[in-house]
Amino acid sequence: MATMREIKLKINSFEKTKQITKAMKMVAASYLRKAQEQAEASRPYAEKLKEVITGLAQGGSSVKHPMLQSRPVSKTGYLIVTSDRGLVGGYNSNLIRLLMQKLEERHSSKDEYVVFVIGRKGLEVLKKRNLPIIGQTTGVSAIPQFSEVINIAKDAVSNYADGNYDELYLLYNEFVNPVVQRPMEKRLLPLASDELVQEEKSQKTAYEYEPSEEEVLAELLPRYAETLIYNALLEGKASEHAAQMNAMENATDNATEIIGNLTLEFNRARQAAITQEIAEIVGGAAAL
Amino acid sequence: MSKMQLDIVTPERKVYSKDVEMVITRAANGDIGILPHHAPLVSPLSVTVVRVKNEGNEERIAISGGFLEVRPSGVTILAETAELSTDIDVERAEAAVERAQGRIAEHEGDLARAELALKRAVNRLEVAKWK
Repeated sequence: MATMREIKLKINSFEKTKQITKAMKMVAASYLRKAQEQAEASRPYAEKLKEVITGLAQGGSSVKHPMLQSRPVSKTGYLIVTSDRGLVGGYNSNLIRLLMQKLEERHSSKDEYVVFVIGRKGLEVLKKRNLPIIGQTTGVSAIPQFSEVINIAKDAVSNYADGNYDELYLLYNEFVNPVVQRPMEKRLLPLASDELVQEEKSQKTAYEYEPSEEEVLAELLPRYAETLIYNALLEGKASEHAAQMNAMENATDNATEIIGNLTLEFNRARQAAITQEIAEIVGGAAAL
Repeated sequence: MSKMQLDIVTPERKVYSKDVEMVITRAANGDIGILPHHAPLVSPLSVTVVRVKNEGNEERIAISGGFLEVRPSGVTILAETAELSTDIDVERAEAAVERAQGRIAEHEGDLARAELALKRAVNRLEVAKWK
């Protein structure tokens, strides 16, 4: 049986761990709230863009744009949103597992796809697996700004436009609620044109387009795609904070449990020591 | 004077939302002034200034890339960034001008990018200095 001193040291160390995990949980909770607000604030922009593009797509059926049209796929792009730091439970590993699974399903060789990575954790793992990584961003802040992702988003979109790959998938953790985050894959490019055109009900306004419908559309579509990437990042970040909050809550609970068990053990050891001391005194008195 | 709703929205937030009398900016085919009841119009905007007139006052907003939508009910500007003259960090913009000029002078890195950065910074300074 461990001595009282050893147990006491152990209890102290768990108390400290518990304080840290508890603090991390609080921080994650407050970031989560902010990330959700940010996601909320970014919505009007994306919605407005979509509205105008929908109007364009409906107005002129003659308007064709490569971003709206599927072409035969010989190469595929993937953009995966992971976290920079650990201590987020299964956040990264679940997402990476999904990516590897999809890659295995769809491709037979590494020449058939390229990968963009956001987040240090994903980068480390995917580099180790020797995936063809052609773009990366790390050190994205807890509440990401548009300017932080604009470069990688532009790269991802322009590579598609230049024909370096024929479709682009986004992989990120979908934020279902603070307890549930689901890894998911979404096809970003080509944009789902049927989805854009379907909403026939909206009232039509006869817009003038300057300089022309085609040029306006060509200007707007890449922007829209970039916005969708930003939205995925925001959602990924919200999920990251939620995952961290849960992981830290579990860690705090576990620490509490261990401290309870150790305290029990400590009290037993103390009692045993006292009993032994009394026995010694009694034994000593009897010998006199 | 009749008014219309002007919204300026970036991916991060709504920067501006007010009833205004007139909006002046540079669209794809040149400068345009928009008064209430303008015909519906969509046009891309480059790095430019949006001037807003309201009750004898004028406000200026620096925007970098985006587009303009005019509807019967008002005007919406979607921009990558948008800053009111009071929000602009003059020192940062000046530093950006120097950095971009240095890059262009030495033909260092991506020239198109440096030129765009210069344009944005100069645009910001212009707005910030206007009082």
